[in-house]
This record gives sequence, C-alpha cells and structure tokens, in this order.
Amino acid sequence: MDFNLTAEEEAFRQEVRQFLADKLPPAEERGEGFIWEWWKAIREKRWIGFSWPTEVTGGGASIMQQFILKEELLKARAPLLGSDYTGLHWVGPAIIQFGSDEQKAEYISEILDSKSIWCTGYSEPDVGSDLASLQCRAVRDGDEYVVNGQKIWTTLAHLARRIFLMVRTDTKGESKHDGITCLLVPMDTPGIEVRPIKAMTTGGMAHMLNEVFFTDVRVPEKFRLGAEGQGWEIVCSALQSERSGISEVNRHESALDDLIDLARRSQRGGKPAIEDGQVRQTLGSFEARIEAMRLNGMRALTSQLRGDLHPSQASINKLHNCDLLVEMSDLAMQLLGCSAPYVSGSDAVIDGGRWQNGALSWPATVVGGGTPNVQRNIIAERFLGLPKD
Amino acid sequence: MNFGFSEEQELLRTEVRKLLDGQCPMPEVRKLGESPQAYSPALWKQLGELGWLGLTLPEAYGGADLEWIDLALLLEETGRSLFPSPLISCTLAAAALLESGSEEQKQARLPALAAGSQIGTVALAEDGGIFGSEGIALRGERQGDDWLLDGVKCFVTDPEAADFFVVAFRTGDGADELALAVVDADAPGVSAQSFPMMDTTKRLGNLSLENVRVPANAILAEPGRARPALDRLFDRGAIAVTAELLGSAQAALDMTVAYAKERIQFGSPIGRFQGVKHPLAEMFVALESSKSLLYYAAWAIDAKPDDVPRAVSRAKAYASDTFIRIGVDGVQLHGTIAFTDEYDLQLYLKRSKWARPMFGDSAYHYERLLRLRGL
Repeated sequence: MDFNLTAEEEAFRQEVRQFLADKLPPAEERGEGFIWEWWKAIREKRWIGFSWPTEVTGGGASIMQQFILKEELLKARAPLLGSDYTGLHWVGPAIIQFGSDEQKAEYISEILDSKSIWCTGYSEPDVGSDLASLQCRAVRDGDEYVVNGQKIWTTLAHLARRIFLMVRTDTKGESKHDGITCLLVPMDTPGIEVRPIKAMTTGGMAHMLNEVFFTDVRVPEKFRLGAEGQGWEIVCSALQSERSGISEVNRHESALDDLIDLARRSQRGGKPAIEDGQVRQTLGSFEARIEAMRLNGMRALTSQLRGDLHPSQASINKLHNCDLLVEMSDLAMQLLGCSAPYVSGSDAVIDGGRWQNGALSWPATVVGGGTPNVQRNIIAERFLGLPKD
Repeated sequence: MNFGFSEEQELLRTEVRKLLDGQCPMPEVRKLGESPQAYSPALWKQLGELGWLGLTLPEAYGGADLEWIDLALLLEETGRSLFPSPLISCTLAAAALLESGSEEQKQARLPALAAGSQIGTVALAEDGGIFGSEGIALRGERQGDDWLLDGVKCFVTDPEAADFFVVAFRTGDGADELALAVVDADAPGVSAQSFPMMDTTKRLGNLSLENVRVPANAILAEPGRARPALDRLFDRGAIAVTAELLGSAQAALDMTVAYAKERIQFGSPIGRFQGVKHPLAEMFVALESSKSLLYYAAWAIDAKPDDVPRAVSRAKAYASDTFIRIGVDGVQLHGTIAFTDEYDLQLYLKRSKWARPMFGDSAYHYERLLRLRGL
C-alpha cells in the first residue's frame, strides 16, 4: 500500500502544473473568447481524449496519467475538456471500440476539436430502467434502415448535430437483449422532429430535455455502429478510461466548502448555524462520505491498474454521489430558512439563487444513467450474488 | 499509487483466518465468553509464538516490525471470528510504551507482550462522558519524585486479565498537562473489576486506584507533556476498534446474504425481493466505504502521521454507524430466527453496541472533524 507517485508520474504532474500556471488565467480574468483558446491549447497537448489511442489523435495516456491530469485540472478549477460531453464520455469511446475506419476518421477528430455535439437516444416513453426492452424500430430497406418510433428525455437533442441512437432491428430474438442495433444519425435527417420538455429547474438549465420523434427516417447502412444486433454490447461497454470518479469527489469537496461558508453566514436559533450541533453532525458526515468516495475511487484505480476491476465497481460511488447531491443541496435549503423558496429575480434571494438551482437540478445526475434502485439491483446481484428479480 | 494489499498481506489474512476457523469456531467463542476472563491463555500463547501479538513492534522487542495496515488485517480477522482476546488492550498498551517509554521500560514489558506472557491494557477514560484526552480528570499528586493516584478509571478493556495498566492522569489544570504511568495490577491500592456485558465476548470495567504510589521510573515520557502521545494513543485505539468491527460487520453481512439466498418465502429466495436486496446492497456499499476509510487511516499511521486525526475520525464515525445498521438490519432481514440465542447473528448485533462508543462514537468524531477544520 503506497499512495506516492513514481518519479515519472511526479514529473508529469509538474508538467501539468506548469502548463496551468502559464496558460490558465484565474476565473474572473477569463474573457469571452477564452474557452476556444483553452480548448485549442489543451487539444495541442492531446489532453482532450487523453485516454484515447494515438491512432485517432488521442493522448494514449496511462491510467495514472489520466488520473493526474484530471486531478490537477480540477484543483485549478479549469473548464471542461471540450464542448461535447456526450461525445467525449461515451460516444467517442464506443466509436473507437466498434466503429469502422471511415467512422473513426469522420467523427473522432470532430469530438476532440470541440466541433460536435452528440445526444443519446436511449430512453423511450415506456422504456426507462428496463432499457433492453426498447421498441423504436428500424427496418432494413436495401442499403438503408427506416426508423420509426420515439425517444424521450434526450438531453441536448435541440442543439445536437448527431444522435447515438439505439433501435430494435429484430423482434424475434430469444432475449430482449438481442436485436438492438446502434445507429449514428445526423439530426437534420428528414423525418426527425425534436420537441422540448421543460424541466422543473429554474433559469438557463430549464431546457435540456427533449422528445425526439422518428417518422420514416432513412438512415444509410454506413451509419450503423458495429454489427446489426450488437447494440446491447455497445451500451454495456466502455474503453479503459480512468474510473476513480475524481471529478465528482472534487465537486463535492468544493460544494462542502461552500456549504460551510453558508452555515457561517446563516442563523439558527439566534446564533450562527455553524454552531448548531445538528448542522455540524451533518457536515461531518458529508466530509466522511466524500472522503470515502475518494478512497473508494483509489481502490478502484488500483484494481484497474492490476487488471481486476469489478465491472460494476462504479455503482458503489454512484450511490454515494446521488445521496450527497440530494442531501447537500437540501441542507443548503434548510440553512436558508424561510428565504429558501425564493428564486433569482429579486434581492430577497440569497447568493443569487444558486442553492435553489442545486436543490432542483440533481435529478439530471441521480436519475440519468441508471436510478439509485437500478444501482442497488446491480450491486446486490453482481457483488452479493443475490438472484435476479 | 497502490491502494491494495500485497501477497504477503493476503497470506497473513489467510493464515489468521485458517487458525481462528480451526481453533476458535463459534461454539468455542461462546464457551470462552463464559469463562472469567474471556480468552484462552493457550491460544493466546500460540498467537504469540506465531508473531501476531507483536506485529507492529520492532524486532529488538520481539516484534515482527510490520505496520499498522498489517495489524488492521489481523484485527479484521479477529473481528470476523468474534475472537475473544485482549488483543486490542495489549496492542494499545504496547503502542503507549513504544512511543513514550524509556529503553528500560520497553525492555521490561514489550517482549513479554509480544510473546503473550503478559497482558497489558490502557486505562484512559473516565465517567464524565467526554471522549478523548479532554475526558481525563484524575489528578495525580506529586510526592517528591513519585506520584500518588487516587480515583477510578472507567471503561477499561480486559481489566481483570491485565497484568499492568497504562494509566492516564492529570498533572495540572491546563488542557495539556497530562501524564501516562505504568501501574501493575498487583501494586498496593490497585483493584480491577469487570461488569456483566451484553457482548459476552468482551470484558470491560473499572480500575480503582486507592492512593496508589507511582514511582518516577513508572512514568512514561515527561509528566505534564503527554498530551500529544495520548492523542495518538486515542487515535490508535479508534483504528484498532474500527478494524475489528469491520471484520465483524463483514461476517454479519455475509451471514445475512447467505440466509437471503436460502430462505424461501412466496415461492422464491427472499434475496430476490427488492425489499431485501436493496438494504443488503446499501450495507455492502457502506461496508466497502468503511474499509476504504479504515485502510487509509491505518496506512497513514506509519506513512503520513499528519493525516491521522482526520482519517481516524472519518473512519471511526462512519464505520461505527455502518456496523450498528448491519446489526439491526441483519436481524430484521432474518426474522425471528435471529432473535434467538442460538443463532449467531445476535452476537454480532451485541458486538456493534460495544464497538460504537469505544474511542468515540460518530457524534464525537463528526464534531471532531469540524474542529479539525478550525470550526
């Protein structure tokens, strides 16, 4: 057991720190065009797509290098790595793993150059946690597929240039997991209609979700990712990228600092809330759980380096992540007292309404990518060996 | 970066488990729990011969020169078996001597502790309900070079088995004016008593000191300057208890998972129902997370001492509550079978009530985390 870095790893950390000191201005000095300059600079370093193979102009980095880079960027409060979160996190890795050479050439550099926005067509009106039951239909017609059906809860569909779409190509398979196929479809294809869904969130985040309707949408065969029927495998797979969850941990750590600051400024029973025993207990428990997440991530990283990472390991920290998001934002609302229901738009709201945004925006993370109860099923079945229900 | 165990460490774990499974299975645990001092001197000697009683002591004192992370593995396994023994007591007495004792004091006690020929324990807490060094009120009175102790120390582990006690006392009113002394069980004025326990595999009680004279050569470190050493001793105590309780919690969870797989109701194993599998998943997550916190804290003792207080408080607070929950939910998920004396799960539930307050419960440690942040 040893938490220290090797000499090469330490040297890489110093390189990153030096780069950040030279190229990353403090948040308040970052002007309008800054983000594009930033993305260009880190793209040149190949730090966008750092884990991706060098053949597709990724960084080809080791697991530890990825971890170090991520940690240093977070510490420096650097902006996101690139514009296309979906592309960078799962569409790109899936294309690298399952795509043809033409597909890699066409899509990967776009993602890395922040020129693309992908959205993900998974959920349907009747298909949520039970994703393998999806019904959106694609029927072969010559060298095209004809897609009919509907997707829902599609984040950023109104801005996306392409959709990573899961469709059913075969209804006669033995298992519902058979017959699912992945198509990479341009959003401007005739027959695609996007309708916005307004979320409960306040402010600029209110429109993230959409419904997407497909009516006789013709998709050339060359837009299929992998083989026909390989869709479920594509959903379940991911390239070996760093899995420590350090980004979530770092976000919680700064949220805890901010909460403590709010508790010092708020009053409870005629004294600062930070002196209240119950508030202190809750803050202490947040600290322990955030640290547990960090250390769980380190253990996972070690397993990954040794090549024996449990495929469902991420479910453990996902549950912590969900609990912390909900509970921390709720403590903030409690600290605000009777001003908690105010939202931005008047001077009455504290801190411009950021706490209210937090108290309403957690479902995007907590429900997205598998609800907590789905994670509990995964843990019970795959770690504890309990029978499937 | 490596947050995993080596082959040697895994081997140590396997060896300990094999020995305890073979020589101290649950019927033997129950039998030892009914004996006056709740341990088997023969088995204790054997552990000494295997080198497990002096795991973290230097070789010069008969130890194995390993680290606290290795000790944590040993304690996890004794916890898994509910092995009745004065292991935590001796570990802490040895830690105090090793850190603060003179060469003569170390030579006199440490090899005997490592061999299992002497039992030592620590007498730190009192009945004021305050955990940590702040709770030490017993005031020593100076008489020439000696100190006179008159009072009662509480919640002493293995009080009747101990050959000697490492006693904490005050030398003045200042928060830091503390001292540690070695007091022999057979010294005039010393009496120890253990009280009936919910967890019969543990012994806990009082050390009464009636005008006990402590000669200068029995004082550890400089009198009035023992605060840092005492704080570190409390932290080691919390780590030792956490390691042991996590082994117990693992065993209780394993038992409940096994039952959920074999118990059939409504035509199916109850572990198929989400009302059963989800609490079990939650327990698993809490237990794995507790282990991460514990292993880091144990590693930090030898590798990163500045991190120890925070690491310890996070681990002890979170793990104590985890074990309490596994004890209660484990019994609930079983049903009435677990309410019986015969079924072993109840022993773990009882152990969780012992482990929670020892060296600070979650309320104490969460509060301490805020103080360590300067709040």
